[in-house]
Amino acid sequence: MSKAPQQDIWPDARGRFGEFGGRYVAETLMPLILELEGAWDEARNDPAFTAQMDGFLRDYVGRPSVLYHAERLSEEFGGAKIWLKRDELNHTGSHKINNCLGQVLLAKRMGKTRIIAETGAGQHGVATATLAARFGLPCVVFMGATDIERQQPNVFRMKLLGAEVVPVTSGTGTLKDAMNEALRDWVTHVDETFYVIGTAAGPHPYPHMVRTFQSVIGREARAQILEREGRLPDACVACIGGGSNAIGLFHAFVPDENVRLIGVEAAGKGIETGKHAASLKGGAPGVLHGNRTYLLQDKDGQITDAHSISAGLDYPGIGPEHAYLNDIGRAEYVSATDKEALDMFQLCAKLEGIIPALEPAHALARVADLARELGPKGLIIMNMCGRGDKDVFAVAGHLGVEI
Amino acid sequence: MSTPLTGAARLEARFAMRKAQNQAAFIAYIMGGDPDVKSAQNLLDGLPDAGADVIELGLPFTDPMADGPAIQAAALRALNAGVRTKDVLAMAAKFRKKDVTTPLIVMGYYNPIHHMGCEAFTTACIESGVDGAIIVDLPPEEDAPLRAAFDGAGLALIRLATPTTDDQRLPTVVAGTSGFVYYVSVAGITGALVPDADPVERAVRRIRNASGLPVAVGFGIKTEEKAAQIARVADGVVVGSAIVDAMAQNGVEHALELTRHLSNAVHTAREEAAQ
Ligand SMILES: Cc1ncc(COP(=O)(O)O)c(C=O)c1O
Repeated sequence: MSKAPQQDIWPDARGRFGEFGGRYVAETLMPLILELEGAWDEARNDPAFTAQMDGFLRDYVGRPSVLYHAERLSEEFGGAKIWLKRDELNHTGSHKINNCLGQVLLAKRMGKTRIIAETGAGQHGVATATLAARFGLPCVVFMGATDIERQQPNVFRMKLLGAEVVPVTSGTGTLKDAMNEALRDWVTHVDETFYVIGTAAGPHPYPHMVRTFQSVIGREARAQILEREGRLPDACVACIGGGSNAIGLFHAFVPDENVRLIGVEAAGKGIETGKHAASLKGGAPGVLHGNRTYLLQDKDGQITDAHSISAGLDYPGIGPEHAYLNDIGRAEYVSATDKEALDMFQLCAKLEGIIPALEPAHALARVADLARELGPKGLIIMNMCGRGDKDVFAVAGHLGVEI
Repeated sequence: MSTPLTGAARLEARFAMRKAQNQAAFIAYIMGGDPDVKSAQNLLDGLPDAGADVIELGLPFTDPMADGPAIQAAALRALNAGVRTKDVLAMAAKFRKKDVTTPLIVMGYYNPIHHMGCEAFTTACIESGVDGAIIVDLPPEEDAPLRAAFDGAGLALIRLATPTTDDQRLPTVVAGTSGFVYYVSVAGITGALVPDADPVERAVRRIRNASGLPVAVGFGIKTEEKAAQIARVADGVVVGSAIVDAMAQNGVEHALELTRHLSNAVHTAREEAAQ
């Protein structure tokens, strides 16, 4: 592994993480992105903004989330001690709300009067709709038609929260198409609209903004493990859709050279089958949705369909900072299949009484191997970034159970 | 006759010719390979006779973020027919064998070009007789690699100015650009909202002053009436979605017929206004 870099030196002024990131957007959006960057720079340096964030994180989101020693999983895997960072206990059931809170507060600060978002699993949509409700802003959520089908509970939740859910049928009707449609909406409603992007991707300053809002996860976890174990973990593990929960956990640990950072992509039916969502392991550098990063694409640079059992990981790209951490060797990226995730979903429920979302169930599959590899002296923190309530219907379907 | 002009020079010559006649240029956008290469080639080859001064040939992309339903569907039809970037460039090459005066530019998104490499793409454009490109998701902040390659080859990398491009930003947008500047007449996607002539006139004047280049206006222009209105205030009028729709619904002849009507409306607009 290369020498651990300091974590706050990137992105640079052009929004680059090494060769990745940037601002590849249509000219109509460019002035908006520059305006956003200005507002963001001002807000993050304003103690009043930080204080406002902290207040809502504590009283509304329910932070800090606990760090929990998963004793029975540790025993089952027969090796390292496994700690779960319980971000699934946040209000709305996932880490997504950390970021939405920041962006919606920023939208208010900028005087924006309309919120839009894309969503895959619906967790980001629900979190955005929740904060839009809380702050009295109208909210439109773009969601792929395929995802609407497999995440029905979240669609209903968003509607209860007063959001309009717009089905997207273009392309494959999944997360990337929802993001295209949100960008189309944004160029059409430039004055009043704030686009709340749900993962650590998109044009600069989004990856930086999302990382900053999510990095509360790793800051808390680092302090918590030091308090409980008196030392840093050997590894931090998180699943990767676009990479927001992973970068949120990793960020505070980047300078800690001896802490391995491990991202788990969705291998779908297996990387060798071509039906997967592993952009780093199965993709190549390219430009989509405003940033240069690793993408699933064919030899003409056409974006190819991602596949994952988990709607939240079903995205053909990855945030640019992960592309960078991969290239410099600071983080490792591995993958887990649909089947492994389904197995872990059930195992975690049975052994720990925690029904995980399908997304972190992917991370758990690799935690199992790593625990054995590290042995009993090892310490692992895994980001339990979401709860599985939203997935129970889909999982029942996969298991052939009618409910 | 001297050797024909190419690249940015071929574009500039056509705008100059129309200007000398006190006419706006008519710019037709079609999607390369839609619905298949053969039909699209027939349409492309027929455009100059139907009055197109400049042709924008769309490069299909899976994720056309700035396009409305008509052009999204066209890209999908082309991709489903197996059409890729090289096939569209081959269409251009075939066209160029027959026509050396009509400027032809490609319009698309950056990823396929990034994947091919900026140098290789530039070489392919030269070999295919393509004069320039509009890359929608490549703002001035990111276009240096392609710009360097294009500049070296005398090709025009055409920049977009939009209603959100304010006075402070405009110099960045027009710096080092050639051929013409494309003014996106409405904040939105292709083929959706319809522009008003008055704000367009003000914007065109502003951009012309800042760039010293002709300004073509596109997005949302579908009817002869609207095309004529814009022709009175701009150096060029672009129509895309309407031609693409005509092609999709009724085929090549119908799309060419529409092009004839639109180009005629554009070319005669100022004359009629003067009467
Ligand atoms: C619970 C959960 N985890 C993970 C993800 C993947 O996103 P990211 O990689 O940005 O954390 C999602 C996305 O919807 C999610 O809902």
